[in-house]
Amino acid sequence: MKGLLRYAITRILLTIPMLFILLTIVFLVLRVMPGDPVSAMLGAHAPEKVIEQKKEELGLNKPIIVQYVNYLGQLARFDLGNSMVLKQRVSKPILEKLPATIELTLWGLFFTLLIGIPLGAYAANKRRTGRDFTIRLYGNIAYCIPVYWMGLMLQLIFGVWLKWLPVSGRTNPRMLSSAFSKTGFYLIDTLLAGNIRAFGDVAVHLLLPSLTLGIVLSGIFVRLTRANMLDVLKSDYILAARARGVSEKLVVYKHGLKNAFIPILTMLGLQFAMLLAGAVLTETTFSWPGMGRLLMERIYLRDYPTVQGVIVVFALMVSVISLLVDLLYAAIDPRVKY
Amino acid sequence: MEQPILEVKNLSIDYPISIGTVEAVRDVSFSLKEGESLGFVGESGCGKSTLGLSLLQLLRPPGQIVAGEMYYYGKDLLKMKAEEVRKLRGNNIAMVFQNPLTSLDPLYSIEDQFFETLKEHEPKITREEAAERAGKVLEDLSIDKDRLYEYPHQLSGGMRQRIMIGLGLILDPDLLIADEPTTSLDVIVEAGFIDLLARLKKEYNISLILISHNLGLVAEIADRIAVMYGGKLMEVGNAEDIFARPMHPYTEGLIGCVPNIKMDQEKLVSMPGSPPDLVNPPSGCRFSPRCPKVMDICTEKEPPLKTHKDGRQVACWLHDEAN
Amino acid sequence: MEKIDKTDKMTVPGGRYSPASLFSGFIKKISKAHKTYGVEWWIMIAGIAIVLFMIFMAFFPYLLAPFGPENQSTGPQLAAPSAAHPFGTDNLQRDVLSRVIYGSRTILGVAFAAAFLSSIIGIPLGLISGYAGGIFDRILSLIMDSIYSFPGLILAIAFAAMLGPGVINITLAVSVIYIPTYFRLVRGQVLTLKEELYVEAARSIGAGDSSILFKYIFPNVIATVAIVFSLNIADAIMTEAALSYIGLGLPAGIPDWGMDISIGKSFLPSGVWWMITFPGLAIILLALGFTMLGEGLSEILNPRLLEK
Repeated sequence: MKGLLRYAITRILLTIPMLFILLTIVFLVLRVMPGDPVSAMLGAHAPEKVIEQKKEELGLNKPIIVQYVNYLGQLARFDLGNSMVLKQRVSKPILEKLPATIELTLWGLFFTLLIGIPLGAYAANKRRTGRDFTIRLYGNIAYCIPVYWMGLMLQLIFGVWLKWLPVSGRTNPRMLSSAFSKTGFYLIDTLLAGNIRAFGDVAVHLLLPSLTLGIVLSGIFVRLTRANMLDVLKSDYILAARARGVSEKLVVYKHGLKNAFIPILTMLGLQFAMLLAGAVLTETTFSWPGMGRLLMERIYLRDYPTVQGVIVVFALMVSVISLLVDLLYAAIDPRVKY
Repeated sequence: MEQPILEVKNLSIDYPISIGTVEAVRDVSFSLKEGESLGFVGESGCGKSTLGLSLLQLLRPPGQIVAGEMYYYGKDLLKMKAEEVRKLRGNNIAMVFQNPLTSLDPLYSIEDQFFETLKEHEPKITREEAAERAGKVLEDLSIDKDRLYEYPHQLSGGMRQRIMIGLGLILDPDLLIADEPTTSLDVIVEAGFIDLLARLKKEYNISLILISHNLGLVAEIADRIAVMYGGKLMEVGNAEDIFARPMHPYTEGLIGCVPNIKMDQEKLVSMPGSPPDLVNPPSGCRFSPRCPKVMDICTEKEPPLKTHKDGRQVACWLHDEAN
Repeated sequence: MEKIDKTDKMTVPGGRYSPASLFSGFIKKISKAHKTYGVEWWIMIAGIAIVLFMIFMAFFPYLLAPFGPENQSTGPQLAAPSAAHPFGTDNLQRDVLSRVIYGSRTILGVAFAAAFLSSIIGIPLGLISGYAGGIFDRILSLIMDSIYSFPGLILAIAFAAMLGPGVINITLAVSVIYIPTYFRLVRGQVLTLKEELYVEAARSIGAGDSSILFKYIFPNVIATVAIVFSLNIADAIMTEAALSYIGLGLPAGIPDWGMDISIGKSFLPSGVWWMITFPGLAIILLALGFTMLGEGLSEILNPRLLEK
């Protein structure tokens, strides 16, 4: 336990430089790249005076180093600044939309793993058979499906043709009630409120978008799981377990899958980044009121501070996830916590 | 005559691969009496490990038994259902492999792996009972009981190898197959390990099949030795006889390779050439391309494995007329 | 220096090379491979076939397309697929099939250019960083790893939003996010190769850094780069399509699959499936082609690469 704690502290300290670099990159992309944000936001035809005034307001007329220090200082105080278009703090819409994105991403991850890992493990166990090739083909095709296209196809089939499932938003507009106000995670909120009808409504709205993410990203996991399982099934301890008379099911799924899961887990952090990117596209497709949709809306509104804030929060999420993944990894693998 | 614990008749094993078929084992027959220990010797790639795995039907795909019969106390192993074979593994026939460092699942404690093994054969066993029995076996192997709750990475190589043996013995099998059990151990640990094996064999009253490339090692513990080359048996006989009076040129070569303390270091011999390509095995005797005593007939016809008067079996044309 | 020349020849798994000999070695390895790798070989051939077909389409769209991409009088508005319009027509009476065919130009051009751009930045950086080591390497690696861990699409969105629409801008936005891919790959390989015996040998006979780097290490990295380049184009295709789908990529007037899908989206509720389905299938097919090509290559040239 002590070892695990020490590992956790070291790992947390290691997150800091990564976060710092990510924030710097965000800064560079948004301020140093050719074309300053204000003219990009206001359009090239905005009068000189307006541009200057906006720059002044945002502190963009100062030397770049000063801007950078201000930017980091602000972030260190958890201050994302004020919106350029609406009279609000940048943090306000972000805090509102963040739970929606997390809810979508987690359920997307759930479907991804639910589809990807068993299929990959099964394919590895049946390697070089027809079923293996079918699953591998599925994996490759799923990987190449644009996530928004998948979403639109599911909308077409289940929404337009069959009319079984709703295709946009988090809830039926008529459902809007006090049931959603506590955490922002609607599934949890409706449960807390004990409102079963609202819970069902939320679940039904969540199904298509998260299934979309799940199907598309399962492709990578089929491939990852299969490759790692193949490696693991070749290993000596699998053979030794079989030789002790351990049944095939335990050999493959207790020893095989758990060992194969470790390298998969180490890549989960990276895959989570893809999940977030996928979530942005899914949100636009399903009118899902989350961070991705907020980002796109504010890009169109040319609300530059909010755009920056959203991207900073994405960077934060990436760092936190990669931290969590490593800690989970340490908890599973006894070799890590020396 | 009492029933042999294991009888193998005309066993052949193939690995079909894309460029052809590897004839890994060809026409191998032998039997093992209760309490006997039999050593299989040969260079790597001669089919001895494949042979060992096939006895428990653990061949890695695409390996498959293409001909032959195997009997365990008269029961036809190849006609058994998969579940019957599984129950046989560990419980009746146990196997120990060459890589102690990688043969234990790194994610589970030693105790868990003992418990799992016991539980798979005796479903009613409790964790405590399992730990107690495992502890006893570990004591026999001179390992501290507390080690039971450690993970493989916390143990040394020699200790892990002993635990592998312990996992093999926990169900009190009749036959233990040890495949190169000492390859990854250093010389001192190796010597201790062989003593341990000999002692356990007596204490647990088991029969032993020892597979090794090291003839010297096998001779220390085996009653009989079977020399394999290119998937075939070359010579089978009593350990002392074979050492004292090898009949097959390949056996002679192997004996020449055994390092001897009296020998000058510089004269350390290795056999010229390398094991044959088993996809396109040489015609005639498989050893003929490397044989120092090769004759015309050797490249034309394959010598049969003939039994000589003292029970020695040899597959070599040199000894054919003598019969 | 007679002696050095001799050692050179002795120690070469790729020591002496010319682009031509390298290429012919590749081809030999690949053409021999169909014996050993049954299915992988056919996967690669299928990938090559798809890619070549798409490239042909991109170069000679007018040979295949029944109408021009912007022709607004090809038939009825929003017509379902029929013999005259196999993929149907869109809201502006344009022929969807023709737009799909012309659209291959944009996406292939952008994806190729972006992958090329990121590789010519990422590869040298990876070579130098891996070879030089030290603090420079550690900082650069940390930066690249950080970018790599960030959702590429979101970074590309930020770039594209700052740069504004345009073919060149979208290419830049896509290329930036793949620089770390090449950097990490090449650096990792250099670190392994640096310790190889033949590199040690070259160093011990006094070969300079640059000659070691380009004569001994680089040629051994190329095979891997070829694989990743192909897989990377598949990714770049997806990113380009995604950017133009959300409206950040291209100005109007350029036929583009992602953009066509986003236009078609508004007509989906009324059951107009063909405006979305076909450009989407085209994206999948094209990305699949490059993926299959890359995977086939990797099985044959470097069997262990993808498993990691």
